[in-house]
Amino acid sequence: MAVNTRKCVGCSDCVVACQTENSVPIGFCRDWIVEVNNGTYPQITTEIRSERCNHCDNAPCVRCCPTGASHIIAGGIVLVKKTECIGCGACIASCPYDARYPHPSGYVDKCTFCEHRIKNGMLPACVEVCPTKCLYFGDLDDPNSDASVVLKKNRYKTLIPEAGTVPQLYFIY
Amino acid sequence: MKEELIVSGRMNDLVDPNLHIWHWPIPLYLFLGGMAAGILCLAALYYMQGKEDKYRTAVRITPFLAPLLLVLGLLALFIDLRHKLYFWQLYTNIKFQSPMSWGAWTLMVITPVSFIWCALNIKELFPKWDWKFRWLKFLDEFFTKYKKALAWVMLIFGIILGIYTGILLSAFNARPLWNTSILGPLFLASGISAGAAATLILSKNSEERTHFARIDLVFLGVELFLIIHMFMGFLASTQVQIDAARMFLGGEFTTSFWIFVVFMGMIIPALLEIMELRKYHIPAVIPALLVIFGSLMLRFIIVHAGQASRWLY
Repeated sequence: MAVNTRKCVGCSDCVVACQTENSVPIGFCRDWIVEVNNGTYPQITTEIRSERCNHCDNAPCVRCCPTGASHIIAGGIVLVKKTECIGCGACIASCPYDARYPHPSGYVDKCTFCEHRIKNGMLPACVEVCPTKCLYFGDLDDPNSDASVVLKKNRYKTLIPEAGTVPQLYFIY
Repeated sequence: MKEELIVSGRMNDLVDPNLHIWHWPIPLYLFLGGMAAGILCLAALYYMQGKEDKYRTAVRITPFLAPLLLVLGLLALFIDLRHKLYFWQLYTNIKFQSPMSWGAWTLMVITPVSFIWCALNIKELFPKWDWKFRWLKFLDEFFTKYKKALAWVMLIFGIILGIYTGILLSAFNARPLWNTSILGPLFLASGISAGAAATLILSKNSEERTHFARIDLVFLGVELFLIIHMFMGFLASTQVQIDAARMFLGGEFTTSFWIFVVFMGMIIPALLEIMELRKYHIPAVIPALLVIFGSLMLRFIIVHAGQASRWLY
């Protein structure tokens, strides 16, 4: 997925759409907005990011899971199997992006890229509702997907690549 | 000046306590498991050296604490799980990359072994003990015959258990304070010193007490060395690890760590034990309890502070 921070206005529509689509319990979220202000007035820049799980290639949450509940499916999405998760919290402690939370039912929950929607040909809920169209979803191995196309034309970065997780959420800035 | 503003419900421990995922059960378990590992290692080691009569308490009496500590530790672990009824999933999977999986399987081995070791020594506590059933007597004889092999299993899995309590934390690079391989040996050394302290409390033999005071002293020295090494490593590392070290060098954990862990848990008991070895009369129970207290505080502070340390972005 790619996020255009120059177009994002931080309206939090993606957050609400996700909470509605995935019945995220009150007080929790699978995606969130971060606003970074850099510099002192008058030299000041603002970056607004819609953040979620980075679906890392080298995912520490998958590595440290003692039961294999955290796993990577074909295509690279990191998912949790509810019936294998024991709720030990190791994955929550292992995530440098703090992208996971303990669901009140006991298992650990996180962004699924709306896997239930994309396998029916739809876009993730957050991408679907974004009013400024700053979210781009698609298979990065497919050069014609929305995400690949927009990344080809723009300068982008990932968040803390030095954490070594090979994050797959790209921020255009 | 860089300012990061969290607009929507982003959860980190600053905003929402949910990501401070490990509370008291984990450090308590790390302490109980570490101390049990120390007790079992020392018992196995002295048994294999044929010193079970010389250090009778350490080989035969103190190990009675180990199953108790392990069961309490397992209970704490169970309390910490949020999806409790699925705990059996731990034992239908082996994940070599997950320290927690290693730990679960290690506990699966060492807990029964510690019970068997106690059963073999039960006549120490109850001289008139009788197993009553023939098959229990048979098992007693069987394990007595292979006691040396049992001691090896106990020693090896004891060391794995002691180290794993640290590796469990150091496998998380998301928490820079934990992300140091020194935590493994540090927690092992701390577990062994707590195990030696348990024998120090229980032993009535002054020769044995002197010996275990020496062991305690050696491992306290090792711990201090490792702690200094840990901070040297942090300060020579990346910004996130320098920040992690600063939590202990002027930051919010400075007082609790240096007073409770280093001063009360290591330096004072070390001084008391040196005085005792120099023939001043000091009740052995005081330094021993301080060592155990320091070992407990070490786990609590490291687990707590680790979750407050994070990557910046």
